[in-house]
Amino acid sequence: MKQIEFINLVMPFKNKLFRLAKRLLISTEEAEDATQEILLKLWSKNNKIENYNNVEAFAMTMTKNFCLDRLKSKQAGNLKLVHSNYADENSSLQNHIEAKDSIDWVEKIMEDLPEQQKMVLQLRDVEEYDYDEIAAMLDMQPTAIRVALSRARKTVREKLLEKHSYGIN
Amino acid sequence: MELTKIEQLLEKYFEATTTVTEEKALKTYFSKNDVPPHLKVYEPIFAQLIKAKNETFTRRVPLKSKNNLFKWMSVAAAIALLFGIYFLQTKNETLETEYTQEEIASAQEALKLLAFNFEKGSQQISHLQEFEKNTNKFLK
Repeated sequence: MKQIEFINLVMPFKNKLFRLAKRLLISTEEAEDATQEILLKLWSKNNKIENYNNVEAFAMTMTKNFCLDRLKSKQAGNLKLVHSNYADENSSLQNHIEAKDSIDWVEKIMEDLPEQQKMVLQLRDVEEYDYDEIAAMLDMQPTAIRVALSRARKTVREKLLEKHSYGIN
Repeated sequence: MELTKIEQLLEKYFEATTTVTEEKALKTYFSKNDVPPHLKVYEPIFAQLIKAKNETFTRRVPLKSKNNLFKWMSVAAAIALLFGIYFLQTKNETLETEYTQEEIASAQEALKLLAFNFEKGSQQISHLQEFEKNTNKFLK
């Protein structure tokens, strides 16, 4: 496969890979690194790439695995230090003050969701994939996806209402 | 869209039973300005989802065709190595097979002559050293 063909193939979904990576890794810098890594990995496989019937789903799965590995290897390390401005879960009052407006607040709520819910929410509510597509990407049963998605959406609503009742805008 | 319809859709949304089209309808509804006060709470959720989709990956990824380059480099290296070995082996035998005994003898003669003249030259230099010693005496 030629370079131009590869770029045309990857172009439609490279932003989606980046956004999934960012949803999981939170830091933009790290998400960019991860996306670059995934694209280079795909490029190194470019002879076999035509054999995959769905390159996009394959790339999404690669991104998911890559990011989860990265999170796992950093858990004991200093990941929390890198973006300490987000990771301060204990003092919710501080978070209230930090969030500039409700939209930022929603984003912060999403950052605190468990990884699986984050991914499901990202793939469904942001990227608007079908349940079947998500099932293939995350290797999950469609019913499990529904459960995770419902939980994620309800958590966001709950936390948002909580904030609303504090009356801080 | 009717308010009751939106309320129903919201209900379904949180149970995760909406379709993609229904979710899109919710997004467009909440991105308009005339959301009634009791539904305002949900506005930022959909606003955030729309905002999240606008992020793009802008970094340029250097795609090198290093696979092919590496292959050709190794082929070139192998050829160079073969040539090297070939020349090394042929050169070892040449001296005695390529020249006759006479030619070698005359070459040795010429080299001896050269060495003799070199010797002369170095004797002259020892004279010079002597000369320098004496001049230094006077200069000091």
